[in-house]
Amino acid sequence: MSKDRVRVVVTGLGATTPLGGDVASTWSALLEGRSGIRPLTEDWVDSVPVKFAGLAAVDPAEVLPRPEARRLDRSEQFALIAARQAWQDAGAPEVPAERLGVCVSSGIGGIGTTLSAYDTFKEKGWQRLSPFTVPMLMPNGPAAWVGLELGAMAGVHATVSACASGAEAIGYAMEMIRSGRADVVVAGGTEAAIHPLNIAAFAAARAMSTRNDEPERASRPWDRGRDGFVLGEGAGLLVLESYEHAVARGARIYAQVAGLGMSADSHHITQPEPEGRGVMMAMTQAMTDADLTGRDILHVNAHATSTPAGDVIEARAIQKSIGSHPLVTSTKSMTGHLLGGAGGIESVFTIKALADRVVPPTINLDDLDEGVELDIVRAKPRDLPGGQIAAVNNSFGFGGHNVAVAFTTV
Amino acid sequence: MALTEQEILAGLGKIINEITGISADEVTPEKSFVDDLDIDSLSMVEIAVAAQDEFGVEIPDDQLKHLKTVKDVVTFIQA
Repeated sequence: MSKDRVRVVVTGLGATTPLGGDVASTWSALLEGRSGIRPLTEDWVDSVPVKFAGLAAVDPAEVLPRPEARRLDRSEQFALIAARQAWQDAGAPEVPAERLGVCVSSGIGGIGTTLSAYDTFKEKGWQRLSPFTVPMLMPNGPAAWVGLELGAMAGVHATVSACASGAEAIGYAMEMIRSGRADVVVAGGTEAAIHPLNIAAFAAARAMSTRNDEPERASRPWDRGRDGFVLGEGAGLLVLESYEHAVARGARIYAQVAGLGMSADSHHITQPEPEGRGVMMAMTQAMTDADLTGRDILHVNAHATSTPAGDVIEARAIQKSIGSHPLVTSTKSMTGHLLGGAGGIESVFTIKALADRVVPPTINLDDLDEGVELDIVRAKPRDLPGGQIAAVNNSFGFGGHNVAVAFTTV
Repeated sequence: MALTEQEILAGLGKIINEITGISADEVTPEKSFVDDLDIDSLSMVEIAVAAQDEFGVEIPDDQLKHLKTVKDVVTFIQA
């Protein structure tokens, strides 16, 4: 079945993560199997049961000029830094404002601002709030700042679906180009949620690892000893472009965004549906949309967050809908879980894997859990073959949101 | 003891540099915030709040909109 429609390709990548302040440093750390998880040293750490996280390797406030940094929430700082990288990486395309769009998501938005502004309000009164408090806390803030930076007028969006937000943003951006609304869209996810309230709240949901004596070993997808996810922060953004537009300007093309699958579990507000029906539906749709079959998919960057239930359900779903042959990894073993940023950075990683033909390992996987019958890349990176190949990136979120995006080499 | 014009100018220069990135040297009495320094109304609110901390003088919103130049603010703080 051939589809006569606009092809969407990736021409720029940007990221700032717990492993590095850009794509190159993050990618080399991933291939080395390094953990970006560190003990927290803040005073408040005594008040929460989880005492480690994946803090951004490079403090965004040190990258941005002070006047700019002070009016941006940390999630906006990450997004703007990654957007500038991605835009430069794409060769700063010349595109009319009316043909340029943005879709940058965050799961929680400017929660750090919300909480610190409330402290200021209670202690000092409303007059002491920054006049930028609202644009700092609004969840569309990162998208809006990126849109202003680039002068985008074709639409600036921020899809929200918890930990699927970043992937949903990339899917939405792809559809903006397919439908003809835009030629170029900057898309991805960002998150800055390392705050005691968020850690306390996720801990209250019994979702986080409490392996406080071994932070670097805490994120261990599919390992029998896993006990929850590890919080990370940062952003990952892509420049998406119609194939025609990219070729006309002689752009370097990393990969094609070939297919999108989205579904909802409709099962439970936080628990994954045990059979993984929604997850399989998303992966199957992504493949169908891309004119691919399971056999074509040689790599999966899994959602696998290191939670007891989710990892194995996803593994079975991959096996049933794609097969046991792809090289599967969970880069969250090294970055932690960036929530709304996850789909952003993991799309970057999936695209790098296709472009460089190498899959980073899943670290800390010492004792594979029962029911996981996949070819998981462990300890060392493994090579992907030459020729036309495809990969899938999965992202799922509280609320039962499932997004799978299929990428292919060009 | 009241602050001198020079002291207020120096303090304002520091505040404006911190908030907008404009060099403190640029903050001279005759400069208009909007026309010369390109400072928007939200940044003016931030500057007014910071000036209150620095000089102990409250600048109410209805006064702030009449303060067009650096000199206007200096005079308001001195008064």
